[in-house]
Amino acid sequence: MTTPISMSLRPAITIDDLSMQYGDATVLDSVSCDIPAGQWISIVGPSGCGKSTLLRCVAGLTNPTTGMVQLGGQQPAFVFQDPTLLPWRSAADNIQLPLELEEQSTENRSDRILQVAQLVGLDATDINKYPRELSGGMRMRVSIARALVMKPNALLLDEPFAALDEILRQQLNQELLHIWQTQQMTVLFVTHNVTEAVYLSQRVLVLNANGTVGGDVTIDLPADRVPAIRNTPPFLEKTAAVTRILQEGL
Amino acid sequence: MTTKPPISVVLYPILFLLLLLAVWQAADWIWKIPRILLPSPWEIITISIQRMDDLLSATLITAQAALAGFALALAIGTTFGLLFSVSKIARRGVYPYMIFLQTVPIVAIAPLIIIWFGGGMASIVVIVTVISLFPIVTNVTTGLRSVDTGLLDLMTLYRAAPHQVLFKVRLPNAIPYLVTGAKISSGLTIVGAVIGEYMAGHGIDEQGLGYYIFMSSQNFQTEILFAAIFLSTLLGVAMVGGVSLLSRTLFSRWTYQLEQ
Repeated sequence: MTTPISMSLRPAITIDDLSMQYGDATVLDSVSCDIPAGQWISIVGPSGCGKSTLLRCVAGLTNPTTGMVQLGGQQPAFVFQDPTLLPWRSAADNIQLPLELEEQSTENRSDRILQVAQLVGLDATDINKYPRELSGGMRMRVSIARALVMKPNALLLDEPFAALDEILRQQLNQELLHIWQTQQMTVLFVTHNVTEAVYLSQRVLVLNANGTVGGDVTIDLPADRVPAIRNTPPFLEKTAAVTRILQEGL
Repeated sequence: MTTKPPISVVLYPILFLLLLLAVWQAADWIWKIPRILLPSPWEIITISIQRMDDLLSATLITAQAALAGFALALAIGTTFGLLFSVSKIARRGVYPYMIFLQTVPIVAIAPLIIIWFGGGMASIVVIVTVISLFPIVTNVTTGLRSVDTGLLDLMTLYRAAPHQVLFKVRLPNAIPYLVTGAKISSGLTIVGAVIGEYMAGHGIDEQGLGYYIFMSSQNFQTEILFAAIFLSTLLGVAMVGGVSLLSRTLFSRWTYQLEQ
């Protein structure tokens, strides 16, 4: 098993008093959070509480009504809920899209594509296929590989495995943990699955239904996460604690 | 993966056509229908063989006019589609007139086109262009504008320049729409060419099928009229088939969407 990465307490991403309104509706209300470099934070909350909006604000895809996000030198990559692949491009061509947009030299591209493809569990045959020829799980792997190809130091994931079955979801969770540990990235992970959040994270940020922060739970479980940990009393206690905050915030 | 259609898809229409021709021929033998009203299939075939050179030459001329007008419609339609996709002002200001132009019957506009461009090939090509332009404009505009918002977000994340968004996302996304528009237009081109030749194809050296339709109807040569109608129809089918085949060859990466 891989060794846990060393973490800096210096905030890599700072979310400062962030609010978001759509007309009269308040989606996020004064959300603040410091995320140290290399930390994995999951954001949970009921549907419509602004989890995805918060992530979009961090990525710069949505401008908050008030407040700000400081990335502190972090170069974030984003993985959407859908794989968002270009259907007319092969998996390899989808993976290299960010390199093309940056107009990076074509010299070492194929090596880099193969490198990230292997990292997410895709082989040379898979990456020559078109998205329609790949399963849902494979498409999501391509999407993650595309996010990793630019060597980001922060990864923003918006319920990437929501549409996958439980077994595949757990497998991809494990692979994602491995990538996080080896690539030393800061991860912000949006999910509505409390067990998944507790299993993957070092902290779980709970959003209330009204868009405020309901709680910020530190998950002080062993860094090496193996599926068996899910049945241990500390894990169940943390899951219960997050669930309790969620229920109070409804 | 594509599956071959069952043989019945081809066989049944052919059998039905043969049955129809047999009944038609039999009706002619039994009731001696005057040739001027309804010539028998045999008479149509006979005259077609006798006038084969003229009819084939006319078919070729109609095909040339249709192809020239179609190429112009593709170029102009794609340009307008691009313009409408990038400019809200252009879309709101010009697009309603495109719809207006589409609703005016082509036979009403044709005399105006003939006044402007003179009798002959130029007018015929313009008529073909006008009749086949609208499906291309609407489909290309839709294709360029109906991009998955996730893909646009992705391009924003990677700070893609407007030209990168256009060439890497919008234009490729519009390909299946362009093909759909081109298929619809390709069928209309023959309609436009025949109408154009019917109205403007008289004063030129080489006459197309529209001219033959006009002349044969004036001279009550119904068997030539039928032959010209049949060849026009065949030409229309060939145009649509050609565009389908070409699009599948050129845009094989979009096969999945093209099959839908």
